[in-house]
Amino acid sequence: MKKSLVTLFVAGGVAFAAVAHEQVFDFKDPKGVNNVVFKLDAPLEAINGSANGVSGTVTFDSHNPAATKGKIVVASKSLTVGNSVMQEHMHSEGWLDVAKYPEIFFEVKQLKNVKTEGNVTTADAVGTFSLKGVQKEITAPVKITYLPGKLADRSGGQMKGDLLVIRSNFSIKRADFNIKPGQNEDKVANEIELSLSVAGVSPQK
Amino acid sequence: MKRGVQIVAVLLAVVTLALWFAKGANPGWTKNRVQVKTVDPITEIEQVTWEDRFIPGVEILGGGLFVAAVLFAGSLFIRKANKQQQTQHS
Repeated sequence: MKKSLVTLFVAGGVAFAAVAHEQVFDFKDPKGVNNVVFKLDAPLEAINGSANGVSGTVTFDSHNPAATKGKIVVASKSLTVGNSVMQEHMHSEGWLDVAKYPEIFFEVKQLKNVKTEGNVTTADAVGTFSLKGVQKEITAPVKITYLPGKLADRSGGQMKGDLLVIRSNFSIKRADFNIKPGQNEDKVANEIELSLSVAGVSPQK
Repeated sequence: MKRGVQIVAVLLAVVTLALWFAKGANPGWTKNRVQVKTVDPITEIEQVTWEDRFIPGVEILGGGLFVAAVLFAGSLFIRKANKQQQTQHS
């Protein structure tokens, strides 16, 4: 009986130690630095824009980066281009319909081909990408940089904690997400190149 | 009259071209804001903000050159009309 209790205690301790390294990083950025840049290169026109309405959380374990999971959300309304008329069209019902579909998200379910060197992890993130209400399984290369203790530097010493920077470049096809499939492809390319650069914070409790 | 219209047409073409080149020779449509990029020193993320700025596009370049061409072409008819008037009077 005594031996069983000791075994249970040790096993519990090991499990707790494993869980204790997990940190939840919040990607809502009051500084507005987090952004997603998008580019569409059609034969007649190139469209460049960005979105900074980023939020979401990611669970990261510096001792086991392969277990990283989470969801990055972008507010559809925050998508901005250089021409206000074009932006109105982009937000409208015919294109992204931001009123009906206010969120674009990527929910990471697992990491594959994980390689870690120091505080930098590269991997292929497998997860669900959602745009205009259509969800699709995609794989995107990610670079995750863990910056322990750097929250103090970023907050001017007001908060202590860690930062997690995630970068990813991948592309999607608008036709896959029911955004005017097969239409206007000479002016609005089917392929959308996305470049995600976001930093999450995990304040010390 | 004819010479005056031709000078206006040439000036319009020159000003349109000069404005388009001076504002960055934008090969796309007109923009009313541009991206400004700064690097966050801690995360090294390139922050993107938008600044209101007028950048003429190809529709302004094309429109200006088209109007200039129409004016110039129209000036050729002015000469013809004057000649016709002179012929009728004589």
